[in-house]
Amino acid sequence: MTELSAALRAGETSSRELTEAALGRIEQLDPQLNSFISVTKEQALIAADAADAQIAAGSAGPLTGLPMAHKDIFCAEGTQTTVGSKMLENFVSPYDSTVVSKLKDAGMVCVGKTNMDEFAMGSSNETSYFGPVKNPWDTERSPGGSSGGSAAAVAAGLVPASTGTDTGGSIRQPAALTGLTGLKPTYGRVSRYGMVAFASSLDQAGTFTRTAEDAALMLGAMAGFDERDSTCAEVAVPDYSATLNDQLAGKTIGVPKEFFDDGLDAESQAAVEAAIKQFEALGAGVKEVSLPNLGMSVPVYYIVAPAECSSNLSRFDGVRFGYRTEQADDLADMYTKTRSEAFGDEVKRRIMTGAYVLSAGYYDAYYLQAQKVRQLISNDLADCFKDVDVIMGPTTPTPAFKLGEKIDDPVQMYLNDIYTIAANLAGLPAASVPCGFSQDLPVGLQLVGPRFSEGLILNFAHQYQQETDWHNRTPDIFGGAA
Amino acid sequence: MSLSRNDIEQIGKLARLEVTDSEMDGYVGKLSQILELVEQLQQVDTKDVVPMAHPLDMVQRLRVDEVTETNERDRLQQNARDVENGLYTVPKVIE
Repeated sequence: MTELSAALRAGETSSRELTEAALGRIEQLDPQLNSFISVTKEQALIAADAADAQIAAGSAGPLTGLPMAHKDIFCAEGTQTTVGSKMLENFVSPYDSTVVSKLKDAGMVCVGKTNMDEFAMGSSNETSYFGPVKNPWDTERSPGGSSGGSAAAVAAGLVPASTGTDTGGSIRQPAALTGLTGLKPTYGRVSRYGMVAFASSLDQAGTFTRTAEDAALMLGAMAGFDERDSTCAEVAVPDYSATLNDQLAGKTIGVPKEFFDDGLDAESQAAVEAAIKQFEALGAGVKEVSLPNLGMSVPVYYIVAPAECSSNLSRFDGVRFGYRTEQADDLADMYTKTRSEAFGDEVKRRIMTGAYVLSAGYYDAYYLQAQKVRQLISNDLADCFKDVDVIMGPTTPTPAFKLGEKIDDPVQMYLNDIYTIAANLAGLPAASVPCGFSQDLPVGLQLVGPRFSEGLILNFAHQYQQETDWHNRTPDIFGGAA
Repeated sequence: MSLSRNDIEQIGKLARLEVTDSEMDGYVGKLSQILELVEQLQQVDTKDVVPMAHPLDMVQRLRVDEVTETNERDRLQQNARDVENGLYTVPKVIE
């Protein structure tokens, strides 16, 4: 995006040209990917022309005029916001979410809303009411989820950047499976106002870009206090771009042994180990560390997230917005039929799991116990960060799996998030950057830092990307990046 | 932990979700698998551990009780299925 921005400001191209090119590529290639739910062509061209006017007036910023896409979980005024569900198929947002509004103010041009697992529940983008998304590296494989559309769109060069959300790994896992830089900031770093809620203590908005340099620009525009989100932190936003070139010498990387278990694919392990060696060559120290309760991440998450979602999704009752059943005997029947007809199976399973673990007689054994183990996992990470600056390991246990391979086995699907969930439970910032290939499919390296250490994570990632070119690789079938 | 059809029906009532006869076995099976997964937590010693509700070192912010929003009812009701005189209409509750 840095090059595109320079080209715009030098007058070598225009936002309108870039936007039309993006719209053209979407029309040509997206039928094979299904990464977009809606394309907002008219609004995009209006925004592009406004950006061109700013560029001409000399008041452009580093993101002005660049095309991008939003995950269809962010309310954007006047656009359909479906959250990948029949429940909100015809819902038109009456207002902008803070993320949309901030990136608009920064001059970015949104070309459409991307496909996602229904209500952000999934790791493969197969639960969407609008059909699965295909991985541009192999269209028989999943791009990951829940932000599969946002990942596929950038990986295929349809747009240079997109937004996503990450509750248990939904940015980092698709970034790993599609060869992108995916960033999940600290919980509270980015406002959740206008972002449809799945699990309120875990959800966080973030970015998909090719590079850490681009992620720094987007995060700088997206982050910041918002009084409309009471979980938003009142912490100043640093200049993430300014520290990208800091020295790594004197900094230490912790490598948790629990990340290298039997479930990790051998080629992925080799790629991650090679990446860590690269960081050593750049001057960082490496130390083995331990996260003793890491193995409990998935069980904790599959109690806490469903519990929170059962509460958040109770607002979908057909009364004020969204789908409503045609025939109902009475109000209670209307609620039941509306919800049963418009929610998909995974959503219903999670709502029911949540209702169960919160119900009388089970609350202490499940939910309360899960909250306590969450504290232990968070403590393990805090203890590590006393001795190391950043933690590294694989993002996913395997590269992209085939569509249909795991969708009938929820627990197998859940295990895809085994390395990513801990960062959500502890509210820590984490990223995935491309570090190699396994069976010709991209492999991601995960970086996790202490709270509000996005600048440090991006610094490590950027230094790595100066010495390697994994992040520049694109799938052959789609040619070069936009 | 294995669930029964009755359990699923009870949970369905709480969550306002209906599971059809043909779907029932699938739901019983998959939800039981999920509960088996989470059963592992029982092995963890959590004596004296404070439950964590969220990762922030914060409490709910308060503000002065002054009106700051404008009434935009008509605009916000545009997504509703049935509205009459600014009221949402639903099937009869009282016989």
